[in-house]
Amino acid sequence: MATAPIVAEGNSWFSREGLHPADWKNPNPAALYDLVIIGAGPAGLLTAYEAGRLGAKVALVERNLFGGNCLNTGCVPSKTLIRTSRLYADMRHADQYGAQPPGDVVVDFGAAMERVRRIRARIARETSITDLTAIGVDVFFGEGRFAGRAAVAVSGDTLRFERALIATGTRPTIPSIPGLTTAGYETHDTIFELTERPDRWVVLGGGPTGCELSQALCRLGSMVTLVQSEPMFLSGEERDAAQILSDAFERDGIEIRLNTEAVAVRLDGTRKLVDVVRDGDTATLVADSILVGVGETPNVDGLNLGAAGVDYDAMEGIRVDDFLTTTNANIYAAGDVCAKRRFTHFEGASSRLVVQNALCSGRQRVSALTIPWCTYTDPEIAHVGLYVREARQQEIPVKTFTVLMHDVHRAICDGEEDGFVKIHVREGTDRILGATVVARHAGEMINDISLAIQSGIGLALLGRVIRPYPTQAAAIQMAADAFNARESEDSSKRKGPPLVE
Amino acid sequence: MPDVASAIVTELCALSDDALLDRLQRAAFSYFLQTCHPDTGLIADTTRDGAPASIAVVGFALACYPVAVERGWMTAADAMARAVTTMRFLWHSPQGEHGDATGYKGFFYHFLDRQTGRRVWQSELSPVDTTFLLAGILTASAYFTAEFPDAVEIRELADALYRRIDWRWMQNGDGTVWQGWKPDTGYLHYGWEGYSEALLMYVLGLASPTHPLSVHSYDIWTSTYQWEHLYGHDCLYAGPLFIHQFSHAWLDLESIQDRFMREKACDYFENTRRAIAIQRQYARRNPHEYEGYGDNCWGLSAGEGPGPKALRLNGRHRRFWGYVARGVPYGHDDGTLNPAAMLASLPFAPEMVLAALRHVCQRYPQVADERGLRNGFNPTISDDGSPCWVSTAHLGLDQGIVVLMIENHRSRLIWRLMRECPDIKLGLRRAGFEGGWL
Repeated sequence: MATAPIVAEGNSWFSREGLHPADWKNPNPAALYDLVIIGAGPAGLLTAYEAGRLGAKVALVERNLFGGNCLNTGCVPSKTLIRTSRLYADMRHADQYGAQPPGDVVVDFGAAMERVRRIRARIARETSITDLTAIGVDVFFGEGRFAGRAAVAVSGDTLRFERALIATGTRPTIPSIPGLTTAGYETHDTIFELTERPDRWVVLGGGPTGCELSQALCRLGSMVTLVQSEPMFLSGEERDAAQILSDAFERDGIEIRLNTEAVAVRLDGTRKLVDVVRDGDTATLVADSILVGVGETPNVDGLNLGAAGVDYDAMEGIRVDDFLTTTNANIYAAGDVCAKRRFTHFEGASSRLVVQNALCSGRQRVSALTIPWCTYTDPEIAHVGLYVREARQQEIPVKTFTVLMHDVHRAICDGEEDGFVKIHVREGTDRILGATVVARHAGEMINDISLAIQSGIGLALLGRVIRPYPTQAAAIQMAADAFNARESEDSSKRKGPPLVE
Repeated sequence: MPDVASAIVTELCALSDDALLDRLQRAAFSYFLQTCHPDTGLIADTTRDGAPASIAVVGFALACYPVAVERGWMTAADAMARAVTTMRFLWHSPQGEHGDATGYKGFFYHFLDRQTGRRVWQSELSPVDTTFLLAGILTASAYFTAEFPDAVEIRELADALYRRIDWRWMQNGDGTVWQGWKPDTGYLHYGWEGYSEALLMYVLGLASPTHPLSVHSYDIWTSTYQWEHLYGHDCLYAGPLFIHQFSHAWLDLESIQDRFMREKACDYFENTRRAIAIQRQYARRNPHEYEGYGDNCWGLSAGEGPGPKALRLNGRHRRFWGYVARGVPYGHDDGTLNPAAMLASLPFAPEMVLAALRHVCQRYPQVADERGLRNGFNPTISDDGSPCWVSTAHLGLDQGIVVLMIENHRSRLIWRLMRECPDIKLGLRRAGFEGGWL
């Protein structure tokens, strides 16, 4: 998260003075720190702020830019670009809303990207090294590396600590496809620096990054082929959600290649030829640019974790227990570098947990957190809690209350009918186990359900919440109403209602 | 041809319900006589020129021969001769790892050359299509019980073909069954989660006399089920209608329950009734505003369509698919309906199906011809001024499910035969089914 590749001086990133001042001089280290944090992404920064406010003596080590992936190469730029791409999509389909489509929708890719960088710079201003130093945090720029079980070396200094936090984040995973490196490729680390639009993209990977950016690039006027090795997009999500997403991609004009592996890349002049295989059948895709979005690799290299007694896996990251403690009881990890699911909001939650456990003798558990997530495609796909398969694997009987967005008045008015709300409850109770929302604003809608789960509010009680009419979140109300109606029926009627509706 | 279609439909609609069903059932059965290769007994997948054989369609044909005998459309001797020709060919056809064999490990490739039996279209070794083939084989074996030489050979071949299938080899460790295997690339890793037509596959695989699936495989598969409250109905969800029908063609699942259905106080028969109700509810809502949909016009299932193509119709962007699994409520939905899937719902909701059948035939007479129902129709799009697009081909799977489901509605013949089949009973019990007739 905090260790995006260092780029050359003169790159626009370094013009963002607040994230890595060019004339920065590391302070003289204290004799002993209460907490040394490696990585100034969301988890590291939030932990530093919280710990500093508590009066702890804190050192924060960053090798590149403050803000990490989320600000610089992840959530912020991608969501900004997605907003522009949605506008273009809506313009093209204006007639479906009873509006006159613009005569000639010409995409200004450079302007879209310039807006990305402008908004990123604006949000970056919220991250202030001065604010950190004002509360006593010592900021060190340089490669942090453990020098034993209780010390970190950085730029010639040694920082001794009582506790340490590893929050080094991840970097894009680059698949070992012959010819890929030679041909060149983009990742989320680099794509937001583009100023000209490639006409043809091949996107490798149907996870959140690949899906979001494929749709955005397509709507910005590129021809996009999305190659996914799995049988559906967003592996692990509910298959119905993935089905709706596939349909949406088809409507956008994305060429979908599921169950397909990229096996080689070749250069043909300026064109990149991507050889793919599906069930033994081969094909060659032509692209001007390749976007790699197959996943993330935790940044554990170069930390000398062995010297610190911290166990890790090169692909899965640092091993932590439910309290985010590593195999060295004085060293914690937080954020993407140790998480199975990698989200900025988990970084914030885990940082608060680390502060409590590391500095305040807390015993807060990760397993007690309710962590929703969202993929910002159109429609968005959001989830919280257990999936049905997870519940059934735990022998929990599950019943799902489903409301289709095409039954929600506001969604009909908005012309945003694709999707559903599914709320999973423990059979025979109103205890909410989890939920999936597929809707244009699913990321907003899931919050009601997250709040209910976190607060122990059952689906029956959720139905008593009065909401303005009409809203798309009424779908949650309708699911609760269905639950309450079902519960009120005599159990002898469980054979089902008569088929004459 | 509209006049011819209208004449046929006018005649059909004048018939009583029973006579109407008899006409449609016999017309559907004629498919197997018209597309059967005399030397191999293999049946074409569709009526399209050059169509290969589909092993699932062969299975449906083998199950339909007893129906034809009972209905007087075919002599028992003819039916036995056809069955024994088919099964003898399958037994002696090459099995092996090479790419143009007929099968491997007792399974068969999905599509075969009708004359030679060799694998075509680089198709996969298919456990689920082999299942429908085996179900047809077991039906023939259960029906032809006399001591005529052909009948004896049918029973011997059925036993041999069943024993040859190595189900465990097709099982992913102790997990679920793979969706298939190819000589060049090995097992297919398509996701196969949730309720599907694979129920019959697990029942037959669990009952194998030689290489049974582990019981655990069924538990793992059913752990992916989704029990949803949808449009006012509690239902084990699956979108396409055929999923709620194909296993039921052979298995009488009324009033027997596995662990999942006991937990839900339901059974698979009732579940299909609810799936039909959800199809009707969806058609009534018609969220994409396709032409024709309504209480008496539904049936989203797998089948052909007018695509792939995108058109602008009446001010709306419309995208149409070709052959795809259509379903409710999550799609695909391009306005294409499958009348055979609607008709095959007959045993579960006869009044609704008959009303819908008459409505569709009257409003869209092109859906029926002398060879039965076409695979798909789409009132949102038309090719030549007719009220709807209709698929040009007839599909073997459609005809097979129509013959069997009409028969189960009329006499329960297939269900009765299979209820007495020891393998079926054993498989159901190993899957945890109890109660009712079992």
